[in-house]
Amino acid sequence: MASHADHPAHLQHHFVSSEQQFDSAKMGMWLFLITEILLFSGMFVAYTVYRVWYPEMFAGMAELLDWRLGGLNTLVLLASSFTVALGIHYAQVDNKKGLVTNLILTFVFACIFLVVKYFEYSAKIEHGIVLGDGFAPHGVSHGVDYASFDVPMAQQFFSIYYVMTGIHGFHVLVGMGLFAWITVRAIKGEFSSAYYTPVELCGLYWHLVDIIWIFLFPLLYLI
Amino acid sequence: MSVNYLNHDKSIKSWLLSLDHKRIGIMYLVAVALSFLGGGILAILVRTELLAPGQTIMSADAYNQSFTLHAVLMIFAFIIPAVPAVMGNFVLPIQLGAKDVAFPRLNLASFYIYLAGAAIVLSALAVGRIDGGWTFYAPYSMTIGDSILFITAGVFVMGFSSILTGLNFIVTIHKMRAPGLTWNRLPLFIWSIYATSIVQVLATPVIGITMVLLFLERLLGIGIFDPALGGDPVLFQHFFWFYSHPAVYIMILPAFGIISDLMGTFSRQQVSGYKFVALSSVAIAFLGFLVWGHHMFVSGQSAVSSVVFSLITYLIGIPTGVKVINWVQTMHRGSVWLQTPMLYALMFLFTFSIGGFTGVMLGVLAVDVHLHDTYFVVAHFHYVMMGGNVIAALGGLHYWWPKMTGKMFNETLGRIGAALVFIGFNTTFFPQFIMGTQGMPRRYYDYLEQFTNLHVLSTIGSYILAVGLFLIAGYLLHSLFRGRKAPANPWGGLTLEWTHTTTPPHPHNFEETPIVTRGPYDYHLAPELFQKGEGDGFGSEVVSVTPSSTHSD
Repeated sequence: MASHADHPAHLQHHFVSSEQQFDSAKMGMWLFLITEILLFSGMFVAYTVYRVWYPEMFAGMAELLDWRLGGLNTLVLLASSFTVALGIHYAQVDNKKGLVTNLILTFVFACIFLVVKYFEYSAKIEHGIVLGDGFAPHGVSHGVDYASFDVPMAQQFFSIYYVMTGIHGFHVLVGMGLFAWITVRAIKGEFSSAYYTPVELCGLYWHLVDIIWIFLFPLLYLI
Repeated sequence: MSVNYLNHDKSIKSWLLSLDHKRIGIMYLVAVALSFLGGGILAILVRTELLAPGQTIMSADAYNQSFTLHAVLMIFAFIIPAVPAVMGNFVLPIQLGAKDVAFPRLNLASFYIYLAGAAIVLSALAVGRIDGGWTFYAPYSMTIGDSILFITAGVFVMGFSSILTGLNFIVTIHKMRAPGLTWNRLPLFIWSIYATSIVQVLATPVIGITMVLLFLERLLGIGIFDPALGGDPVLFQHFFWFYSHPAVYIMILPAFGIISDLMGTFSRQQVSGYKFVALSSVAIAFLGFLVWGHHMFVSGQSAVSSVVFSLITYLIGIPTGVKVINWVQTMHRGSVWLQTPMLYALMFLFTFSIGGFTGVMLGVLAVDVHLHDTYFVVAHFHYVMMGGNVIAALGGLHYWWPKMTGKMFNETLGRIGAALVFIGFNTTFFPQFIMGTQGMPRRYYDYLEQFTNLHVLSTIGSYILAVGLFLIAGYLLHSLFRGRKAPANPWGGLTLEWTHTTTPPHPHNFEETPIVTRGPYDYHLAPELFQKGEGDGFGSEVVSVTPSSTHSD
């Protein structure tokens, strides 16, 4: 058995090589992402069932959502996917400054996403479009008469909207926590071309969060 | 005494914060055994209440709460984690020739997540009454009060534990195998844990989101399962069974793995049709995802769906039959050594075959309409879960007990315990098949006079079963203090946990990474077992084989 002096600091004792450790971590992350897709799949099924049952109601309610804000958020997330991919690239070429800058940019984009989401939510809640029992659309703003949306089963659309975007938003929040954590580690200089597993894994997670939004945006806002 | 995983550090902290898969396995063993005890006591109470029609020992409400908690504890806190988390954790890395699972910290986290989930479920009792069985069908579950919030939250949390364990095992099996341990040389226990893990990873998230939706339904009234708001209660059933049917395979697949290992080891023979047995686990895992609708033949799903689900359900009989036939063939070709673990394997063949066959019967559309929600169903799933999983788990526990604890249990008491379990189990549940066909509905507090004799028989059976299980617990615990010291390889097994490590295992499992040169049941390539007159199992109760670090063919 090789002595401890031969081991890189990041190599855990039960792995034979850094490569084995990296491959294992990456495979574990992919499996986790599959579980995430299945978590959302339940909601996508519910969406599909109720959309087929109530096509007109869904089409009508979708008009209440502001596609411009949704579109803006789509662009923000796409940009953040780009920056995190760039961050991984900089880690691979030992460019610490590039890595830190791009991680911070990703974090900022995630913030922007949630701020926009906050404004979207509050504009709805203000007019009585809430999740669950208090649902009672009322008031007029920007030329939209919310009361006219108080139709049977209308709540179903917004339950799905809030649950799906809410759980997605929670994932964005978790992503921000992860990026804060690895940014600190990156500033401390823990990552290099020899070891950047956490950056890569957070990047994978973040791409998944983006991809889910890429499906949510057209399904909820556009069609 | 040499250094082993039990004695290298004895402090409480070294146990509670241990990253060692063996210690985590033992902690799981304690936790699931307590869950089994709790669920078992409730079962005895339920059976005692059913000794006579009308009220016997408890009110109808207490009865409903008892069978609900019995089911929730047994399913989520006992049977799902039992084999993978206890024996999978303890045995899997050693059988792979690895020092540990791929993610030891995640493994420890899984254990505490499991405990937290179980605690949340139990706290439901403090909040209010529970009811509705383990299925929590909406809209009824919405009416039982806030306790449903705790049950859904607890099941959600325990689901994470299951997912993380499965994920950990899949990566470990893919990435941590010892040199020479090809996929075709994996012990069949590993294959079955692999199939189980796939189901855990793919199915559990769906129950997770279902529990989230049910939680929000109760908390906020989001209407997703509420017909008054345009929702659909049948959608809940689809979601629920999309997880819970595959979950049946989370329960039974590891049991298949144990039985395969027992058949090979105690028949001193290669397991017949190794590849078929291995891949049939994967096939069952795959097909298991396509049959959830057979729980809903009378729930109002379309007739076409029911026919398709019924047909796919029959298909599951094929890979399952492949296993049973190969096990019998293994014994036929081998020389069977009837030690306690093997008795459980034989018992399993009998009880599981009944459970599996009645499962096919219930998959028949017309028959199911008659038998749906009767005691026939109760008997069927107890024959699969208890007659399948628990009996295999007992076999596995006896098989690996010497390796886990370093002590031999009393063989005579082991045989008596096995006999009591077998008699008690069949006396409890076989009458329930008969009652079911005669129309006794499940979950009922009261029953018609005509069912009295069969109910009494069933209850007496449950007492015999309880005596058997307490006897087993008794002699196993006794062996910890007074048991004979176990040799490294008491059963003459050929997998790495028997041939390449001490008993109990070294903290890092192996002094040197083993090199695997033969299959898990290649007795014809293991002259060292037979040349010394050992290994065939005849003439000595316990054989001993000194572990060596490498083998040559």
